[in-house]
Amino acid sequence: MSADHIHKTYKLYLGGGFPRSESGRSLKIEKASRSASRPPQILAQIARASRKDLRQAVEAAQGALGPWARARPMLRGQILHRMAEMLDARGQEFEDLLVGFGLSDRRQARLEVEVSCDRLLWYAGWSDKLGQVLGAVNPVSGPFFDFSQPEAMGVVAVYPTERPALLSLVSTLAPVLVGGNSSVFLIPYEAGPVAITFAEILATSDVPGGVCNFLTGTRDELLTHFAMHRGFSANFLVSDDPREQKLVSYEAADHVKRGKMVPQGTPALWRSNACQGLDWISPFLEIKTTWHPIGL
Amino acid sequence: MTRKTSILLNPSERDLLMPPCLLVDAVGLEARAAELRKRSWKKEVKLEAIERAISMTDLTTLEGADTPGRVERLCQKALRPDPNPDIPPVAAVCVYPNLVATAARVLEGSPVEVASVASGFPAGQVPLPLRLEDTKMAAENGADEIDVVISRSAFLSGRLEQVFEEVQAFKEAAGPARLKVILETGELGTFDRIAKAGWLACEAGADFIKTSTGKVKINATPATALCMLHVVRDFEAHSGRVVGVKVAGGIRKSKEALHYLALVLETLGPSRLTNRLFRFGASSLLNDLIRQWKKQKTGRYMGPDDVCLD
Repeated sequence: MSADHIHKTYKLYLGGGFPRSESGRSLKIEKASRSASRPPQILAQIARASRKDLRQAVEAAQGALGPWARARPMLRGQILHRMAEMLDARGQEFEDLLVGFGLSDRRQARLEVEVSCDRLLWYAGWSDKLGQVLGAVNPVSGPFFDFSQPEAMGVVAVYPTERPALLSLVSTLAPVLVGGNSSVFLIPYEAGPVAITFAEILATSDVPGGVCNFLTGTRDELLTHFAMHRGFSANFLVSDDPREQKLVSYEAADHVKRGKMVPQGTPALWRSNACQGLDWISPFLEIKTTWHPIGL
Repeated sequence: MTRKTSILLNPSERDLLMPPCLLVDAVGLEARAAELRKRSWKKEVKLEAIERAISMTDLTTLEGADTPGRVERLCQKALRPDPNPDIPPVAAVCVYPNLVATAARVLEGSPVEVASVASGFPAGQVPLPLRLEDTKMAAENGADEIDVVISRSAFLSGRLEQVFEEVQAFKEAAGPARLKVILETGELGTFDRIAKAGWLACEAGADFIKTSTGKVKINATPATALCMLHVVRDFEAHSGRVVGVKVAGGIRKSKEALHYLALVLETLGPSRLTNRLFRFGASSLLNDLIRQWKKQKTGRYMGPDDVCLD
């Protein structure tokens, strides 16, 4: 029997493993048939995460946060670089996934994979430069050395968009991870298979288990629970929907969460340099200032 | 003075029928304990159970690095685990004998009791007179409850009589303080031995039997707790005296605590769900209980910043 006959089970990515949803639920991804009389074709089944899966994911992310935030910046850079290597090697597979699930045409899919690799490399380079660019030695009026240095903020809730599925995932993941944060992603419904396949890249790139967690399912069901969870320190929302923006901002105010919101945009916009930058990293960093007496 | 002896040591004809708890079906015990993990607690009942679990906690610090300052801080947390006054105080603060006086001073006049480990805790590998002296001192310094360890060395060498007599001596040394006898189940190896050791301790006068010191690899597990609950149930039927159970070591999550409550509820009934008869020995468990309590109240999952650090 050839491998074509094996249908892949797309599960969650949680704490470094690939479990099913604790709820046992799943969702079908379907493609309408050409003739109206035929039933739609089932392309894949994905796990439908529940509130309790979110709870587990945040616990996993909190557990992974300390070691990842304390890891040498260079190590984080190397790991991001390895993610680019892995993605590059499996580029064709991602192209096929994007096209097969109707998320992109062939030409755009090829570009999307290329830019995703470049973007990972670009952020990898930033890992050990954040302190120099965002930090400072402050002039103070007294015999003190006074340093300000960026630190990871905590566990970040990330809401990427469906199109471009891969590139919006990479463009939100890399800046959050490079600063030493851990994260839980609410993966939009149709992007499930692409994201869970990308999780295989994370799992083979030495990203410690729990640093990134992917929950697939329906945004409507999970968004409120994500927004209300006080285990998150920041939000990264990609959305044009004012209701979503309001919900996330409102709940963030309850817990003084920080974060970043970007519009849904077009695939071309996501490929441009407008969708990468230091200002995509800095919202997920805190600046710590240390005073030290001179001469001691 | 004539001392009562144990049926395990000198079974009379009347005692030859062994209490069922001493004939352990290990597979059945594990299965039953695992089954009760699935018990779901809904809404108000869950809130009530969490509050009950908080009120059953012995907030514990047993580190070489314990200082009077740290113990005072812990006592404050025991009295008022959270700024929200609806969250009840814990049952007791458990410390080393050296720090009993400090804890007793802070907790004086409060419902929170002072518990002290003693008797050469945790290994119990010092001569008996020193272990007795240790126990006496803890009581004199103001401990309301004393957690002593049995000599596993004697028990595992088959010197059951020695274990029995030592526990009797600890009971005497502890005076009016409640005696909790630690079996250190992780070192006993089998449920048969755990049940036997628990039974001996009950007969020798223990007010509580306790699973573990928290200082060895294997600590409290639901199956060992269930085994000990069977022991106190059968012991009550045998002697009419009610003995409590304390589970300790490695219990960190609310879900685990609720699992233990389900075991008590199903084995002994709701009247035993009180801190007079069931305790958790733990430190980080308290924060998780508070987090889950707030989740039940507000509908929001709590983060690490929503509870105070120890």
